Amino acid sequence: MISSGASTSILTIALLIALNLLLFSLLIGLFRAWLGPSVEDRFSAILLIGTGGVAMLLILAKLLQITALYDVALVLALLAVVGTVALTQSESNHD
Amino acid sequence: MIDTLAILAIFSGLFFFLSGSIGLLRLPDLFTRLHALAKADNVGLALVALGVIILEPAVINDIKIVIIWLLVMAASAISSHLVARHALRENRNDD
Repeated sequence: MISSGASTSILTIALLIALNLLLFSLLIGLFRAWLGPSVEDRFSAILLIGTGGVAMLLILAKLLQITALYDVALVLALLAVVGTVALTQSESNHD
Repeated sequence: MIDTLAILAIFSGLFFFLSGSIGLLRLPDLFTRLHALAKADNVGLALVALGVIILEPAVINDIKIVIIWLLVMAASAISSHLVARHALRENRNDD
């Protein structure tokens, strides 16, 4: 499914390298989420991980030829902002 | 030719993702970290989505990717605003 021919192999290798670089970028963001001194730093790391997950799902949907992954990316883009809004509003309700 | 354009767009987006992650890890303040995060969210995901749109032949999937990109841009703006306002409110309560 991945290696469908000799003409698309360069594209496949480039997309796999792009996926690995995105995963490395998400690892750096996860390090900030572990290190972050305040809650807002961890929020911003969660936002970066959500956006990077959407980009990874877009590339994976093209790489594996599974079009349902576009819908998964849509749901992930929706859930990132819903989680951040819920956390922020519940923190500010205490005062 | 089409594949070269798509790979160029995706790797330009990956440059913005990696610089946004390094900025999220290295910058000293929460607000400067949000500034670096906005670059990764808007320009990085826009270029990755542009590359996947170039590679994707079906028009309905292209429309879906554009919807995902617009949704992530709105989500990034709203989330950054909420996190920054929450941080400002917490600092005001501490004083």
